[in-house]
Amino acid sequence: MTAPTASNDGLISPDLPVLTRKDFVTDQEVRWCPGCGDYSILAQMQKMLPELGIARENIVFISGIGCSSRFPYYVNTYGFHSIHGRAPTIATGLKTARPELTVFVITGDGDGLSIGGNHLLHAMRRNIDLNIILFNNRIYGLTKGQYSPTSEFGKITKSSPYGTTERPLNPIRIALAAGATFVARAVDRDTKHLEEMLYRAAKHRGVSFVEVYQNCNIFNDGAFAAFAEKEVRAERMIYLEHGKPLRFGKNNEHGIRLNGFTPEIVENAESDDGLLVHDAHAENITLANILVGMDYPDFPVPVGVFRDVDAPTFDQLVQQQVDEAIAKGRGSLEDALRAGETWVVE
Amino acid sequence: MTTETQLKPEHHVEELERVTIRFAGDSGDGMQLTGTQFTRTAAVFGNDLATLPDFPAEIRAPAGSLPGVSGFQISFASTEIYTPGDRPDVLVAMNPAALKTNLGDLKPGGLLIVDKDEFEPTNLKKAAYESNPLEDGSLAGYQVVPISITRQNELALEGLPLSAKDKFRCRNFYALGLILWLYGRTLDTTIKWATEQFKRRPDILEANLRALRAGYNFGETTELFRVQYRVPPAKVPPGTYRHISGNEATALGFVAASVLSGLPLFYGSYPITPASDILHELSKLKNFGIKTFQAEDEIAAIGAAIGAAYGGHLGLTGTSGPGLALKSEALNLAVMTELPLVVIDVQRAGPSTGMPTKTEQADLLQAMFGRNGDSYVAIVAPCTPSDCFIMAIEAFRIALKHMVPVVFLSDGYLGNGSEPWRIPDISELPRIEWKYAEPQEGKFNPYLRDPKTLARPWAVPGQKGLEHRIGGLEKSGETGDISYDPRNHHEMTLARKAKVDRIVEDIPLLQVTGPEEGDLLVLGWGGTYGSITSACENARKRGLSVASAHLRYLNPFPANLPDVLKRYKKVLIPELNTGQLALLIRGRYLVDAISFNKISGQPFKIAEIEGKIDEVLGLRDEYVLEFTRSAGVSGG
Ligand SMILES: Cc1ncc(C[n+]2csc(CCOP(=O)(O)OP(=O)(O)O)c2C)c(N)n1
Ligand code: SF4
Ligand SMILES: [Mg+2]
Repeated sequence: MTAPTASNDGLISPDLPVLTRKDFVTDQEVRWCPGCGDYSILAQMQKMLPELGIARENIVFISGIGCSSRFPYYVNTYGFHSIHGRAPTIATGLKTARPELTVFVITGDGDGLSIGGNHLLHAMRRNIDLNIILFNNRIYGLTKGQYSPTSEFGKITKSSPYGTTERPLNPIRIALAAGATFVARAVDRDTKHLEEMLYRAAKHRGVSFVEVYQNCNIFNDGAFAAFAEKEVRAERMIYLEHGKPLRFGKNNEHGIRLNGFTPEIVENAESDDGLLVHDAHAENITLANILVGMDYPDFPVPVGVFRDVDAPTFDQLVQQQVDEAIAKGRGSLEDALRAGETWVVE
Repeated sequence: MTTETQLKPEHHVEELERVTIRFAGDSGDGMQLTGTQFTRTAAVFGNDLATLPDFPAEIRAPAGSLPGVSGFQISFASTEIYTPGDRPDVLVAMNPAALKTNLGDLKPGGLLIVDKDEFEPTNLKKAAYESNPLEDGSLAGYQVVPISITRQNELALEGLPLSAKDKFRCRNFYALGLILWLYGRTLDTTIKWATEQFKRRPDILEANLRALRAGYNFGETTELFRVQYRVPPAKVPPGTYRHISGNEATALGFVAASVLSGLPLFYGSYPITPASDILHELSKLKNFGIKTFQAEDEIAAIGAAIGAAYGGHLGLTGTSGPGLALKSEALNLAVMTELPLVVIDVQRAGPSTGMPTKTEQADLLQAMFGRNGDSYVAIVAPCTPSDCFIMAIEAFRIALKHMVPVVFLSDGYLGNGSEPWRIPDISELPRIEWKYAEPQEGKFNPYLRDPKTLARPWAVPGQKGLEHRIGGLEKSGETGDISYDPRNHHEMTLARKAKVDRIVEDIPLLQVTGPEEGDLLVLGWGGTYGSITSACENARKRGLSVASAHLRYLNPFPANLPDVLKRYKKVLIPELNTGQLALLIRGRYLVDAISFNKISGQPFKIAEIEGKIDEVLGLRDEYVLEFTRSAGVSGG
C-alpha cells in the first residue's frame, strides 16, 4: 500500500466561472446594527469576489468571534465561524493541507489583537497565503462596548468609566514587525479604495493583512469621522501609492518630506522635489514604519498599501518538502513497519 | 581442554526464567543507550521483554548529583511477561548518586554491580553519603561486585587519540559488554548498531567497541562472577518481530490510518514531554504525504488540525495533560462542528506542570468532561506500547465513520516503554470507512444525519454546490442555519450524545481473562494492563477466583461491560489517579467498585496489585503502598 497525495487536486473544478456579486450573497438575514460599518465591508467583498475568477467552492471564509466574525454567514462560499481569536489557526491548517484553496480570515481588533494576538503574529511571520481582514472599530462590539487593544488612551467605555490607563497598539505596526508581506489599510466608507485593497490582498501571494477602519455606530460612533468623512478625507487622509510622491489635499497641493527620520508636512508643495516617494516593495520596513507613525490630527492618516513584497509562502514550502520526499519514493507502510532491526520466530 | 579455557576461571551456568536489570548512572553516562542496546540484543535473541526508562527532569543536572540520575529498567524472560518487573534482580550503578536513588528498589540479596572508581569523596558528597557505602557495611544485604570500570575502560582505550572526556563517555559500553557476557549474549547486535551509528566517526566507533569488548572479556576472565546466566528464548507466536516503543507505535498507527483510509495526515503539535517524540517521528515521514506543523501553542495546534479535518484530511493533534487543558475550547468547536478530529494525550503526572517525565493516568475525566456545556467525545486508550498502533487506527476509524472527535489517551509509561512486537500483516488491520458529502435536494444541510450512525455529512471545500457555513454557534438540525430554538438545542445536544453512544455497536466487546464469574474482577484501563494481568494470573495460580478485564474503549464503554460487572462478587479498579474510572463505573452502573490508587509518578508493581487483591478477598489486613525510591530525587 502507498500513501495518498497531500492535496486533493481532483476536487477543484478547472473551468473559470463567470460570477456576479449576487452569487456571493447568502439567504441569511444580515444581523448587524443598521448603519454599522460592517455592511460596507461585506458589500465591497461581495463586489470584489467575482473579479478573482475563482469558483465559489474554492473560497473559504474563516472568522473568530465578534460582530465582525459573523461575516462568513453572509458570503456564499464555504465558511467557518470558529472561536474567539483562533481563526488564523484553523485557516493555517486548512491552507497547509489544501494549498489550492483561497482562504480569507475575518477578525476584529479584540479577536485578532487581544485574545488571538499570538496566532495573528505567527500566521504573518510564516507568510502563509491567507487574506487576513481585521475590522478595527476600536471597541468590543459584540460584548457591548468595552475598550479594545486599539482604543485610544484614556477612552471612556463601559469597562473604563474613568478612562483607560493603557496605551493602544497599532495593527499595521504589528503586521510590519511580524514580517507580513502585504500590509494595507482602508476605511469602511471609502468604498472604491476598500474594494481595491481587498482585491490586491486577495491577489497577493503570501500573507495579506488589511486593517479596515470600521465604524461601530452603537458603541464607538464616529471613531474615524474626524478624518474619514467624505468632506474632509482629501485633507486628512493620504493615499499611499507605490513609486509616487506622498501628496494630499483637495487638489493634492500638500506633500510629505523627511527631516532625518521625522516626517514633515510641506504645505502647497509646488514641485515633487524633496517629497517622500512611497516604496511599497522595499524589503526594509523603516519607511513603512515611519509612515505608520503618522496620525490625525498632526498628519493626514495614511491608507493604502504600506508593504507589498514577494517571499516564498509557508504552505508552498511545506508542499514542496512533501512533493520532493514523494518524488524520491512514496512511503510504503510495509517498509515502515519493518524499519530497524527485525527477527523471525518460526 | 584447550589452553585458552584452562586459563579462564570455571563459570557455572544457571538457567533463569526471568531477569530484571536496572542500569543507573548520571544523565551524562549514557544509561538510556546502554539499556536500549541490551534490550535490542534480548529482543533479537527471542526473549519476551518490557522496558521502563526513567529520565531525570533536568536536561543537564550537575554531574554526579542526585537529580541527575537516569535509569533504564528491562525485564526479559523465557515466558510471556507484561511488565518491566517490580524490583530489579540486578542493579548496575555507575556512581554513588545512582546507587543512592536506586538501591531501595533492588531485591534483597540482589546483584549490585558498581563502578568503584567513582566512589571517591567528591562524588560521595554530591550524593550526600556520609561514609563510603562500599566500605561501611551498609550493603551487606546484597551481592556487591565492585569493579574498577573507569580505570579499566581507560586502560582499554589507551593510545587512542581521544580526549579524556570522550574516553570517559565509553564507560557505559564497558558496563554493557560485561552485562552481555553475564547473560551469555553475543556482542553482534551492538556492534552492528555502533558501526552504523558512528559511520562518520571511526575514532569514536573504535573506542566504543574496545570498551565493549573489554567489558565482555573482563567477565570472561575475572573470578568475581562464579555464575553466568541463561534466559532461553520465549515461546511466542511465529512471525516477524521488531522492538517498538509506545510513541513509535502511535506515530506508525497514524501513518497506517492515513494509508488505510487513503487520506493525507496533518499533524499539529506543540512540543511537550512525553508527547514530542510523536512529532519527531511523523515529521520524518514526508514521503507518506504527511504534513506536520509545529504550532505557536497547543491551541494553534488543534486549530490547525481542525482546519485540516474541515479540509477533508486526517486532522490530528497531540500533546500531554497541560496541553489538553489548553485545547479544550477548540476541541469543543470540533464537537459542535462534528468534525473527524483525533487528539492524542500522552498523560503525565499532574496537576499543572506536575512531574513531566513521570507517568499517571489522571486525564480521563478531563478527556471525558473537561469542556463547557454537554459535550461528548469518543475516547480510546491503548493498553501496551504496541497496542498504541492498533488504537491509533481505531481512533480514526471511529472519528471518520461517526464524524466525531476522538481522544487517544496514552501515557508516559506506554509512550516511553517498549516491547517486542509481531509486525502485523496489512490485511489484518481494521478497515477505515469514510465518504465526503453527496449533493442533497435543495439547499445543502450540513446536519442531515445518517440514520444509523447519526454522523453528519462531511462536505469539504472544493465540493461544488455544497457551500455551507458551520461554526461554534448552535445550528438548526433542519437547515444548518444559526438557531436559538429551544427544542432544537435540546435535540441537537441529545443527538451529539447519541451519536457517541451509538459507537458502541462498532467496537469489540470487553474480553475477560480468567473465570467467567467468581469472587473478584479487576478492571483497568490504559498502561496498567501489564501489572493487572500479571497480578491476576499470580492470584489464580494461588487458587483464587480472580478475573481481569481491560477497557481500551472508554467512551462509549463496550456493550457487555454492565453484564461483566454483574458476574463477580467484587470489582476492584486499580488506577494511577485518585479513582477516575471508578467514579464513572460507580456512577453509571451503580456498582460498588473498590478503588485502588497510586499517584507517585510510577507504574503499579505486580506485588502491589496482588496485595490489594488479597486484602479485598479478606486474606490479609489492609494493604498499604510502600514507596521505595527516595522521594523527589529526580523530580523537577
Ligand atoms: C473565550 C471567549 N472569551 C470571551 C468571549 C466574549 N467575546 C465575544 S466577542 C468579544 C470581543 C469582540 O471584539 P472584536 O474582536 O473587536 O469584535 P467586534 O465585535 O468589535 O467586531 C468578546 C470578548 C468569547 N466569545 N469567547
Ligand atoms: S455593535 Fe457595533 S460593530 Fe457590532 S453590529 Fe452593532 S454597530 Fe456593528
Ligand atoms: Mg472591535
